[in-house]
Amino acid sequence: MIPVGWSLALSAALFTIGVVGVLVRRNAIVIFMSVELMLNAGNLAFVAFARSMGSIDGQVFVFFVMTVAAAEVAIGLALIVNLFRLRESVFVDEINLLKG
Amino acid sequence: MTVNLPYLVLIPALPLAGVLVSLLLGDRLGKRGTAFVGCGVVLAAFALALRAVVHLAGMPEGARAIQEVAWRWMQVGDFTIDVGFLLDPLSAVMVLVVTGVGFLIHVYSVGYMAHDRSFRRFFLYLNLFMFSMLTLVLAENFVVMFVGWEGVGLCSYLLIGFWYERPSAAQAGMKAFIVNRIGDFGFLLGMFTLFVGAKTLQYTTLFGAAPHVFAIGSTAIVAATLLLFLGATGKSAQIPLYTWLPDAMEGPTPVSALIHAATMVTAGVYMVARCHVLFELAPVSMEVVAVIGALTALFAATIGLAQNDIKRVLAYSTVSQLGYMFMACGVGAFSAGIFHLMTHAFFKALLFLGAGSVIHALSDEQDLRRMGGLANRLPWTHRTMLVGTIAIAGIPPLAGFFSKDEILHGAFASGHYGIWLAGLVGAVLTAFYMFRLYILAFRGKSRLTHEAEHHLHESPPTMIVPLVVLAILSIVGGWVGPPLVANNPFHHWLAPVFESGAHAASAGAGAGAAAHEVGGTTEILLILASVAGALLGIFFAFRAYLQQPQLATRLQQRFAGPYRAFLNKYWVDELYDSTVVRPVRRLSEALWRFWDEKVVDGIVNGVGYTLEGVSAVLRLFQTGFVGTYALFFTVGVLALFLYFVRHVR
Repeated sequence: MIPVGWSLALSAALFTIGVVGVLVRRNAIVIFMSVELMLNAGNLAFVAFARSMGSIDGQVFVFFVMTVAAAEVAIGLALIVNLFRLRESVFVDEINLLKG
Repeated sequence: MTVNLPYLVLIPALPLAGVLVSLLLGDRLGKRGTAFVGCGVVLAAFALALRAVVHLAGMPEGARAIQEVAWRWMQVGDFTIDVGFLLDPLSAVMVLVVTGVGFLIHVYSVGYMAHDRSFRRFFLYLNLFMFSMLTLVLAENFVVMFVGWEGVGLCSYLLIGFWYERPSAAQAGMKAFIVNRIGDFGFLLGMFTLFVGAKTLQYTTLFGAAPHVFAIGSTAIVAATLLLFLGATGKSAQIPLYTWLPDAMEGPTPVSALIHAATMVTAGVYMVARCHVLFELAPVSMEVVAVIGALTALFAATIGLAQNDIKRVLAYSTVSQLGYMFMACGVGAFSAGIFHLMTHAFFKALLFLGAGSVIHALSDEQDLRRMGGLANRLPWTHRTMLVGTIAIAGIPPLAGFFSKDEILHGAFASGHYGIWLAGLVGAVLTAFYMFRLYILAFRGKSRLTHEAEHHLHESPPTMIVPLVVLAILSIVGGWVGPPLVANNPFHHWLAPVFESGAHAASAGAGAGAAAHEVGGTTEILLILASVAGALLGIFFAFRAYLQQPQLATRLQQRFAGPYRAFLNKYWVDELYDSTVVRPVRRLSEALWRFWDEKVVDGIVNGVGYTLEGVSAVLRLFQTGFVGTYALFFTVGVLALFLYFVRHVR
């Protein structure tokens, strides 16, 4: 069996890639994908812990996270589509209407 | 015996209902409706008052008092104030005068104000005034009285400044209000002093307890009565607070008649008479009241000699006559003071309304120098004015004679010979300046401007009928108190109110205010003296203004100094202006410039500027870029993460 440490290391690596992706990319869709990556890194940690502790709870949580992620993607993509219609662009560094 | 009559509260409530109807229905009432409601509620109040007074008269003599508590107003510990009303012989006289004369003046106003565009507002204020005044006279404790006291002050302000487009009217209204506030301040302090001593402000309890609580002439009672009297000098226009009344003539003439002659200005006299028990406990205050009254009577009469505005002559005459009433109170002849209050209400309302009729007829001309010869042109106004003039001059058998004579008699009998002399001289002056007014307005050659001549017309019946009724009252009003009769009906009626106090005071003092008895011969001599004085004044007036008009001019030149002083009202207004008004103004301006603009505004603006400065920095973080926010977010999460890892176990 793969030790839990390995799984957690993979999860941490995926999460970091997600964070960096959100921070450095300009394209809203790629940012979205990075967010998904972070969510799934979380899922992986859940599953790894559930298995090492012999508890089903972590796996149940993963289902919830996936549901929320699906809803979030639906709304997020709708926003991006509308954004594109309005501004002909999906680059977040071109959109700063809420500047104070 | 206290009978619970549910309708005493209705007397002041009716005019208030008139106010509400007028407010709620507004202009939908129309002019006729407004007039109908405005006069109707006052007439109904008069009818109710009459009914209540008849009931009162039917009660046994010693127990004539109807007390009614409408509801409990407030209760703090063992201190309670009820909204309660008291009808006793004294307030009965007042309530009848207020509603009766008030009703006549309301009717008159229908004609006088017919062409005014604020007709409804006028009647609204008048009804509000009636409500306040009736509350004042019917109150059964000082607090409710104070409500009425302030209410009439407010209405006085509103009505003096009724034509507020005129700066002088607005100014006069404010002057009246502020001067009255000075008096009210005294009234309040007096009330507090009484409360500290007696722990109650309810009339019957307070007056019953006063002789036991306050020693005769003690500092507390002298202070309390003098403070109350300060309130009275404000409301009743006595020295030193009389200056607002002549300026109050800026208001419409029915207002001058109702508020500044017949009712409100007598509130001070009523209050002093109501508190006679207290004043009798403070001989010093009594002397002060008498001396101030006598001084005011003389002082105002001399100013009245030289005024050229018909309403101002009457205003100074009112101040002077109010002085007589205080004189009477000061020498202990309270019922004489109230008697004069009543007759004065009749003839002075008559004179003011008559003057209003003249002003109305002459298209708003008020200057006596541009009148003259109106006797045939305004027959009814002339006749009624003549009655009023004779009545105020003190010629028997008209009303003014009886009451003025009683006051002079009271002063003489109590040994105040100086005050008696002042009153007598004042009576001569009164006769003179009133007949001067009469002659200048109605006799001699017409000095009207062409314009006024053209529009000259006698007033409509709504104005003439009240004049006639008041003229009749001015003739017969004095007959209830004939001289030489030991216990005349008017005295007898008021005796339960005023004698209880005299007893209490004498019981406490041992000596009390036992008046010197004056024999019948002396009384006849006194009457002859005052009538002779009045005739003398009338004779001089006819001589100087009708037979030899150059005599008046000669006298003016001969006594140029005094004449200038009279004409300029002794420069009292200027004196007050330089000693009080302007320093206060300067102080207020300094406070405004420093405290208001620098300190208060500084704090408020400072808060604003600080927030603005802070947000100018904070907004830099608000870039609008999602990436920046995500970065902050990440940094924040990392910081928290590190913190928890390091410090929390």
